Parts: sequence; structure tokens; C-alpha cells
Amino acid sequence: MRRYRKAAYLYLAVMTMILYLPIVLVVVYSFNESKISSVWGGFSLKWYEILFRDKAMFEALKNSIVLALSASILAAVIGTLAAVGFTKIIPRSKGIVEYVSMLPIMIPEIILGMVFMAYFAMLGLRFGMLTLVLAHTAFCIPYNYMTVKARLVGMDKSLGEAARDLGASEVRVFFDITLPLLVPAILSGMLLSFAMSFDDVIISLFVTGVNINTLPIKIYTQMKTGVTPEINALCTLILGATIMLVFISTRLNRFHAKAQPENGERSGENDD
Amino acid sequence: MRGKRMGKVPIKSRSYSLWLMILPLYLFTLLLVAGPLIYMVILSFLTRADGWGIVNKFTFDNYINIFDPVYLNTFVESFRLAILCTVLIILIGYPFGYFMATLSPVWKKRMMMLLMIPFWTSSLIRLYGWIIIFRANGTLDQILMGLRLRDTPLKLLYTYPAVVVGMVYALVQFMILSVYSSAEKLDWSLLEAARDLGASSLQAFFTISLKLTLPGLLSGVILTFIPSMGLFFIADILGGNKVVLVGSLIQDQLMKAHNWPFAAALSVVLMLLTTIVIFLYKRITHTTEIEGVG
Amino acid sequence: MAENILQLENITKSFDDTGVLRGINLSVGHGEFVTLLGSSGCGKTTTLRIIAGLEVPDSGRVLLDGQDVTDIEPNKRDVNTVFQNYALFPHMTVAQNVAYSLRLKRVNKQVIEKEVNAALSLVQLEGFGKRMPSELSGGQMQRVAIARALVNKPRLLLLDEPLGALDLQLRRQMQTELKQLQKRLDIAFIYITHDQEEALNMSDRIVVMRDGRFEQIGTPAEIYDYPRTSFVAQFVGNANIIHGSVVGQKGETITESTLAVRSEHIQLAYCSEGGSAESVENGLCATITQKSIVGGMLRIVLRLQDGTELTATRLGINVEYDVGDRVSVSWDAAHAVPVDKESQDGGE
Repeated sequence: MRRYRKAAYLYLAVMTMILYLPIVLVVVYSFNESKISSVWGGFSLKWYEILFRDKAMFEALKNSIVLALSASILAAVIGTLAAVGFTKIIPRSKGIVEYVSMLPIMIPEIILGMVFMAYFAMLGLRFGMLTLVLAHTAFCIPYNYMTVKARLVGMDKSLGEAARDLGASEVRVFFDITLPLLVPAILSGMLLSFAMSFDDVIISLFVTGVNINTLPIKIYTQMKTGVTPEINALCTLILGATIMLVFISTRLNRFHAKAQPENGERSGENDD
Repeated sequence: MRGKRMGKVPIKSRSYSLWLMILPLYLFTLLLVAGPLIYMVILSFLTRADGWGIVNKFTFDNYINIFDPVYLNTFVESFRLAILCTVLIILIGYPFGYFMATLSPVWKKRMMMLLMIPFWTSSLIRLYGWIIIFRANGTLDQILMGLRLRDTPLKLLYTYPAVVVGMVYALVQFMILSVYSSAEKLDWSLLEAARDLGASSLQAFFTISLKLTLPGLLSGVILTFIPSMGLFFIADILGGNKVVLVGSLIQDQLMKAHNWPFAAALSVVLMLLTTIVIFLYKRITHTTEIEGVG
Repeated sequence: MAENILQLENITKSFDDTGVLRGINLSVGHGEFVTLLGSSGCGKTTTLRIIAGLEVPDSGRVLLDGQDVTDIEPNKRDVNTVFQNYALFPHMTVAQNVAYSLRLKRVNKQVIEKEVNAALSLVQLEGFGKRMPSELSGGQMQRVAIARALVNKPRLLLLDEPLGALDLQLRRQMQTELKQLQKRLDIAFIYITHDQEEALNMSDRIVVMRDGRFEQIGTPAEIYDYPRTSFVAQFVGNANIIHGSVVGQKGETITESTLAVRSEHIQLAYCSEGGSAESVENGLCATITQKSIVGGMLRIVLRLQDGTELTATRLGINVEYDVGDRVSVSWDAAHAVPVDKESQDGGE
């Protein structure tokens, strides 16, 4: 195994570099004076200036943020309530409802987009922010539901019982005990939802209205027509934000993992 | 506390408020997941109206049309591309995930973070990077010409290989993460035991490591194969009109030809294919579990 | 104020077709320390949970201070529980944990502070208010759990194997503390344990449980000296179970009987040569098969002529007998307790 170690490291290093290559190029060329990417015209921030003056771009950015926030919050509420509710009552329909609610992330996006588009048209809904939020929430719910459910499984049941023993109603138990302990899972689900929604192209393309552009859509359409390095600048900024988010979320995970034990402090005998 | 009157709240009543908690999910799933999907199936049996919209006339035509060689070919092409990409992803991603699991804990965390950044970065951004590389006189050409390996630009953009690279690149991290999570739980002392008993490194790997990481590999296959059948925008951007996938086909039918019923039929077929793949996957993992592996 | 703080009437409970409690009856007086003693799976935790309201019995009634609370939710009962794994809320400080039940009742902030401090000093954890549960040792978490349950001043406190995870020293110390606390506060305690030493040390009365039934209820002395069944005799302390028959004057068998004799009451004497195989002088003939030291005492295993094994224990580790010696085994009639007569219901 020893001699392979070097080869393994080399492989990892090379592959990681290739993984980052496109990203690095995008960043590098965002500072390129020249409009043609193949020619290096010198270091320049002019594309950033143009970016900041591009109203349409800001409009699209705003839409994307509003959309991602709405969808992830809505998904968090629906998903969390359901995950907690299902620990208390287990109707026979639970399995199938769970399965169907997961479908949006199992179905290829193109189909989902098409399906939503036809459905919304049939219902006579106006295509716009509403349809976007509805569609995005549909594929955000699974992420939230799964993360919260996973956390619930590991949660100590006796905490809720202790609270009841001390006089708390079921509602109070939910707000005082369950919810605070679920916060990391909920946030992590929301982060995931936000990222998925923010990044979505295909589904958004199908269910958006004429006047509304989300950021990915704008980028995509511009990529197809003709690329200006303005896109590079935009991508670089988004990249910066992504890196920050990754840092923050790993910090959060570590902090919460330390502060809260999963199961009870000791494993006593169970049913006596 | 003394002499306090006991309240009389029967224990059964709590179920009503609990139904309220799961109600939103039920409603949402019914109206916004089940509903649209059912509608799609219904739609696939309707007819397209002349001009715009649909006519409520039941027909099998849409499905029959799929058997037209042109469309069948698209399915086949998409399938071939998906398989090709998946194979490449396995070849590239599996070693990556496996090696990653052999790192020290510190490096594991660092590697994970390094992986997370591209993972979270918008797929469009990464796609764009490849455009820069592949376009005429793009980075790749510059390198090749600079090294005097070629005289003229290799115009890799808008070609099949470009699409393959793009797809593999977009999906490989799912495989990596999947294999990694499986390989991480591997008991390395098993390999040492095998070597002790006389197996070469390669043999030890094939008989032990591979079998035990199979679940990770398989779920990675699912996570990459299915999307690769639908990620039409990669083919669109990197392949232009040269590479037509089912995804692009569906999009065309919807947006340009306005033939919604046909698009629905294509989608249903695609979904069936996807379901079959998942079903096969479940069968395979089930049998590996029975064999006592994973 | 009813005569008893707790009354369980004919409680039965099954889980998934497995009967866990098969008709139990119990009365607990005010300020009494009652222990449910038994091995895993006998139903003691289930009983406790039914009293607390965390489970509903299939049949039977639970009366708290005279009132039927069988159908009443746990948060509305004047009973508090100390859980086996402490169940401290990890996201709240010690003070917040203890104050929780008071906050629910919307008690005045100053009063809460006073009560919390009083409760913490009761368990000797003054000044620990600002700490988080994750910073505490097992023993400290234990005390916080107790303080949290006591701050309500319940008339009945339920404790589910609270000392199980603590090491021996700490456990012994906590046993004394708990007992003193209970006496001082004059609260009825229902305590669960599988440790007979704990039960014997702390309880006013012990309930020996087995397979969902109460085998015997009595004071520690009663349980120890007058066990009613062979199970009780063997579960609490060491006992020899001897089957025999009562024989009349003329040698006719009057009745079959089973006796329990505690190993410390077995007397040994030298066997004189000769004599019948069955009995010599006033004892039974036996051979010593094993001699070992267990828990600071000498333990001797004897085999009777018919193969029955008896265990005798002695203080000190020196005895004049050796393995292989033939000795005469006897006991004082007063120490032989008849067992297994009728132990159908575990009622008092």
C-alpha cells in the first residue's frame, strides 16, 4: 500500500487542479482588459464597473435572492412541521406521501420543468414569481425534510417526556425543546435549499414569466448569445460569496456538533 | 402546589393538532407534485391543437410518434451519452473518493472543503469556464499551439467530446462524495489481514475494498446516470445544435413547436426509463445486501 | 388529603401483544420511600411511566391523592420524574433547566430565582446555575435532574434508576444523600433499581417485581428474613432453596415443602464417622466442593448426598474445613422460611 500512496496523492492533486481549472479561469479572465478572452489585455476592473451599472443584472440578482429565500423558508416550514409531526403520528399514508414528496429531486429537471409549466398553464396561473416560488419550493422540501428527519431520529426522546413531566403541553414541548434542538438541521436544510434554488436554471426557465429573470437564466441566455466578460465578473463575485458560505457553514456545523449531544448522556437499560 | 386541582385533559385529543402539522406537506405534495405528474400523463394522451394549445381528444399518436426513427435515435443517443459519461465518472470519481478516504483526518477535512466549493458553485459558472477553455483560440488551443502540438485551433467547442467533458465534470463530485462516504467506513485492517494472508495489493482491493464500497459506487451511479439523461443545457451550451438529447428535444417541443402533448409523452417515456434504472439499482443493492456485503 | 398519596388498582399493560404488566396493585403512603426492585424487563419502568402519565394502562386505575388520574396527561399531574439518563435540556443552562417548570406556570421572575437557588443548594450545587449540561459530570447532572424535579415541590417523586451510571463510591454517597433529602422534604419517593443493596438501604418498603407482577411487598427486613417465594429469597441476598417433606411421627409424609435458608445461616460441623448416609446427628451429610472468597466473605459450596448443592457463607476468610471434607450441615429452624406457598397476586 505504501508505494501507491504517492500515486494516490498525485492523483488527488491533479484531479483537484482540473476541478478548479475552469473556475480559476473564469476568475482570472474577469480581470482581463481585453474583451476577447484569449487575449490578455492587462489587469482591469472595468468589467466589474460595467457589472455594477447593469440594472438588469441587479434586477435578476434580486429576483434570485427573493426566490431562493421564499422557497427555502416555505420549504423549511412545511418540511420541518411534517418531519416532527410524523414522529408523533404515523398514518398509513405516511410512506407514500414521503415518497411522492421526494420525487422532485429524483426526476430529471427537464421533466419537472415541463410538468410544472403545463400544469400551471392548465390551472391558468400567471407565470411569474408565484409559479417560480411554487416550483422551487417543490424541490426544496425534500432537502429540508431529510435533514430535519435525520436529526430527529438521533434525538433523545426522553427530553420531550421530561418537559411534559414538568408540566409542558405538546405545543410547548415543540417550541421549547424540539425546535431549538432542530435549528442546526433546519438551517442546514435551508442552506441547501437556498443553494439549489439559486443555482436552478432548467426549471426556472420553464416556469418563469416574460418579465422576470433570475440570475441563472440571465447568465444562461447571455452565454448562448455572446459572452461578455461581465459574466466573468459576476461569476467571480458569486464564487466569492459561495466560498464565504462554505466557510460559515462548516464553522456552524463544528460549533453545534460540540454543544449538543445526540442521544442521552448515558445509555441506561431500556424498557423495564 | 398542595391541593391543586388536577386538570381533566384526556390524552387522545392531541392527535388533531398533530394532523395540522403534517397537513401542509400533504396538501403541497398532492397539489404540487402528484397533481402535475398526473396531469402530465393525461396530457400525453391528448392531441395538439392546430396553432396553439391542446384539444381534448384522446389519442395514442404521441407515443406512436416516439417510435419514429428520429426520436428513437435521440433516446438512444441520450442513453449512450449517459452511459459513456457514467463510465468515465466511475473511472475518474471512484479512485478520487477512495483515495480521499485514505487521507489523514486533517487532510480529509481540507479535501472535503476543497470539494465543497466547486460543489456549491453554480453549475453555469463552471460550465462557462469550459467554454473559455474549449472555444476557438481558447485556453486549450493556446496551450496546444504554444507547445507546438498543433498548428490550428482544435475548435473543441460545439463537439461531442466537449459535451462529455462538461457532463462528467458537472456530475463527478456526486460519485466522489458517494464513494467517499462508503470508503470512509471501510475497516482498513481488513486489507492488512488480506495482505497478511497472501493477497497482493491489487487482489486485496478487488476482493475486499471494491465489494465493501459497492453501495457507495452504486448510489453514485444513480446520482450521475439519471441527471445525465436530462442535463440538456450542458449539451446545449457545449454542443450547440450538434448534440441533441432527449432533454433538448423536450424543450424544443415545448417552447418552439408548442407540441405539449408530445413533450409530455417524451417525458413519460423518459421517466419510465429512469424508474426502470432505479428499480434495477434497488434489485442489485438488495442482492448485495443479501450476500452480506454493504 | 387522601389516606395514600398513590394507589394503583389492577393495572395491566401490554405492548404489541406482549403482556408487560399483569395486574398490579399498590398503595403508597405520604412521605414513604418505596422501591420497585427487579431485573431488566420485569416492568418496573413501565409501572413508573404509567404513574407519571407517559403511558396509559390497558386497564386499571391510577389514583393520586385520591383522585383518578388514569386518563390525565403527564403535564397535568402533580408528579415529577427523575429520568434514567437525566434528560437535561442540552440547550439550556442548569438554572434554566431547573426553572423550566416554574416558567411554564408563569411564576414571577424573582420567585423563580429564589426557588431555583433553593433547589440547587438542596442538591449541593450552589453556583452551578450558569453552566451548561455538557460541562457537568455524571453525578452533577444527576443532582440537577433531581433539583429540577423537586423545584415543583411535588408530593410524589419518581426516580428511574437514577444512580445506575455512577461509580460505586459516588453511588453509595448519593444513596445516603437521597435518603436524607427524602426524609427532610417529606416527599413520597418511588424508586426503581435492580440493585438489591440499594433497595435494602434506602427503602421504607420494597416491591419485588417479576414478569409484570409484584412478587412481594414488604419492609426490607420482611423481604430479607421472610421471603415468600424462592425468587424473592434468591434475588435479595443469597438463599438456599431446599425441597423436602414434612414427616410425621411415624415417618409418613404430611406435606411437601420448600424452604429458604440464607447462606449465612447454614451451620457446619464435623461429621463423625459412621452414621447413616442421610443424616448424621442433627444435620445432613455433605461434602465440600468449593471454597472461595466473594465480597470479603468466605463462600463454601456443599454437595448433599442426593446431589443438591448448598451455599454457606462466613465472615472472615479462614475456616477449618477444606475442599473434600465431609461435614454435617444444619440450620436453626427459625431461619428456615417456607416459600412458594401462594404467590398469585402481588397485592399487599
